[in-house]
Amino acid sequence: MVTPMATEKSPPRILAAADLDLLIQALRSAGYRVVGPVLADQAIVYDEIAGADDLPQGWTDEQEKGFYRLRRRHDPAYFGYAVGPHSWKKYLHPPRRQVWRAHQSNGNLEIELPAEDSQATAFLGVRSCELHAIAIQDRVFLTGRYPNGSYQNRRQKVFTVSVNCTSAAATCFCQSMNTGPAVDLDCDLEMTEIVNAGEHYFLVRSGSDSGEAILKQLPLLPATADQTEGEAAAIDNAVQQMKNGPRSFDSSDLQSLLYRNYDSPAWDQVADRCLSCANCTMACPTCFCTTVEDTTDLSGQHAERWERWDSCFTGDFSHVHGGAIRPGTRSRYRQWLTHKLATWIDQFGSSGCVGCGRCIAWCPVGIDLTEEVKRIRELEQS
Amino acid sequence: MTEVGMVETSGIEASTAIEPPPKLAVWKFTSCDGCQLSLLDCEDELLALAQKVDIAYFMEATSRQVAGPYDLSLVEGSITTPDEAERIQQVRRQSRTLVTIGACASAGGIQALRNFADVEEFTRLVYAHPEYISTLSTSTPISAHVPVDFELQGCPINKRQLLEVISAFLHRRQPQIPAHSVCIDCKLQGNVCVMVAHGTPCLGPVTHAGCGALCPGYHRGCYGCYGPKENANTAPLSHWWQTELGADRADLIAGFRNMNAAAPVFLRESLAVENGAATKANPVPEKSAPGPGQNPDAPLGKPGP
Ligand code: SF4
Ligand code: SF4
Ligand code: SF4
Ligand code: SF4
Repeated sequence: MVTPMATEKSPPRILAAADLDLLIQALRSAGYRVVGPVLADQAIVYDEIAGADDLPQGWTDEQEKGFYRLRRRHDPAYFGYAVGPHSWKKYLHPPRRQVWRAHQSNGNLEIELPAEDSQATAFLGVRSCELHAIAIQDRVFLTGRYPNGSYQNRRQKVFTVSVNCTSAAATCFCQSMNTGPAVDLDCDLEMTEIVNAGEHYFLVRSGSDSGEAILKQLPLLPATADQTEGEAAAIDNAVQQMKNGPRSFDSSDLQSLLYRNYDSPAWDQVADRCLSCANCTMACPTCFCTTVEDTTDLSGQHAERWERWDSCFTGDFSHVHGGAIRPGTRSRYRQWLTHKLATWIDQFGSSGCVGCGRCIAWCPVGIDLTEEVKRIRELEQS
Repeated sequence: MTEVGMVETSGIEASTAIEPPPKLAVWKFTSCDGCQLSLLDCEDELLALAQKVDIAYFMEATSRQVAGPYDLSLVEGSITTPDEAERIQQVRRQSRTLVTIGACASAGGIQALRNFADVEEFTRLVYAHPEYISTLSTSTPISAHVPVDFELQGCPINKRQLLEVISAFLHRRQPQIPAHSVCIDCKLQGNVCVMVAHGTPCLGPVTHAGCGALCPGYHRGCYGCYGPKENANTAPLSHWWQTELGADRADLIAGFRNMNAAAPVFLRESLAVENGAATKANPVPEKSAPGPGQNPDAPLGKPGP
């Protein structure tokens, strides 16, 4: 397993909650488009924000399999939710992207590359599992023989403000996947939000020179020993929630478990319930698969190639001459789970799952990856 | 097949100059004309289309009629009369490529609700002189009568998709009409899922994409206008609607028995839900069933077990 080592972060300092907007404005003045959590359509999604007023202050999310509801919190926390339907993937690896377009005139074919979106972007509120998901996509897109220049162009202009989780949704299992809830990867700034008995502040640390340059512009106080201890206890709260929750499991042998169980009856059972709708792969922050669509207009003088997200749950995904290699749901679900938890390790050196729980909450019929793993294990033993 | 539009590295201009343009015909069977209107609705592209094809037969648009054979026939409507059953054979004989457009032509349409009932009873109720009515007892898709080269699903079809099919035909390439779920398009647009976040029943997971996830984008459940997707698995969706979203069997039957009622996958599901009736102490409630997602303010579904 690849365990990327984070560079040492600065000692923590205290940012009053009332000054959170100053951080956002400092990022904007530094030329970043700031994207972060906002309320939309009864969920917390990621979108562009202009200031702290845009954040979902006082809101949280209740999540279960196939279930997500916004709930009011009893405190004014800004980051008091877990993860929602969107992930940062939509910025780094957009759902649709024009790859090239071509024009024909007087018998000459002209191929044009579209200008890449080159806007520097600050991600505000990146959770530990999400940093791991970004690191996983970095390995997919930037390492190996064919680095993806388009991804690289967007990726290198991202400034990350991470947030330590102090509570977990029922669908979270980062603790089992060793990807959270405490931030352990590189980021430009790291924050922990503390709200208790009339106090509301952030512990902030910088993890890069550009992060430190932003912090220099903010009114900060040194953190006391009590405050750092309080921070550790708050993060431990999330650890305990997950340890004692229903989705805690041993992930150390998943690869060999799945390789031993290609023929488990569990695959037939899940195929009865799965819709092969692909919501899980779309919502997953690490799934990277795309297809290309080539189109022409009526005149035949213009052609375009577009890349768009695809999924191993579609028939087209494995279509070759004569039909689909994975014609049914049994083989499609097996591909998804086995890729996430096993073959990904051979391919990219880490699991493809960070335990964010999105595939569980956003499956419209509540299929739960952790339950499926458990079922495979039980059926093997029975 | 005509060579027009065949993509080569050179000589395209020359070949278009020599060959006559392909002949396009648009045929109507039992339908509402909505899909033909989608073609007329392509205002900006109609001129470009007229330059690339000879619109040889399109009664909705022009009374000019050029005799067959036709290179591309677009067929709207289902087969509901003995006369239509004969006429589709003639259309097929005159057409090099035959593409059905819409739910009527591809699945039988809303009029396939007659397949679940007694047509003679309908005609007795509706017409003063039912003896003048010559009709079949079922509404069937074009593919039940003649070989079809491509089915463009949707009620009505999406005009962008229609242009894509025509462009693909002209330039001898595959049309980009993915057969995947509405959910994929929904997620590509970043919509918040109405099933998961609002508890609104949605047919998106079993429905063919093409509309651009229009209804979920407006906080409504998908009505299944585009018919079943590839590899659709309806039973677990029905189960979830009932156990988690508080839908009853009438909601499900109304959802599946719609414009695509006779599409085999939806037909099987609505019958399965209906036939569950006899055995269960769970009668189909007698009420005018609302379509999916008509009441976003309905009590929210409870969390999963
Ligand atoms: S597989 Fe599921 S839990 Fe794992 S990273 Fe993807 S969406 Fe999150
Ligand atoms: S699980 Fe499927 S969609 Fe996701 S990365 Fe693997 S093959 Fe692609
Ligand atoms: S597991 Fe759920 S979200 Fe994924 S394809 Fe199956 S039904 Fe859809
Ligand atoms: S709203 Fe409907 S179409 Fe969209 S993801 Fe949810 S179930 Fe699928």
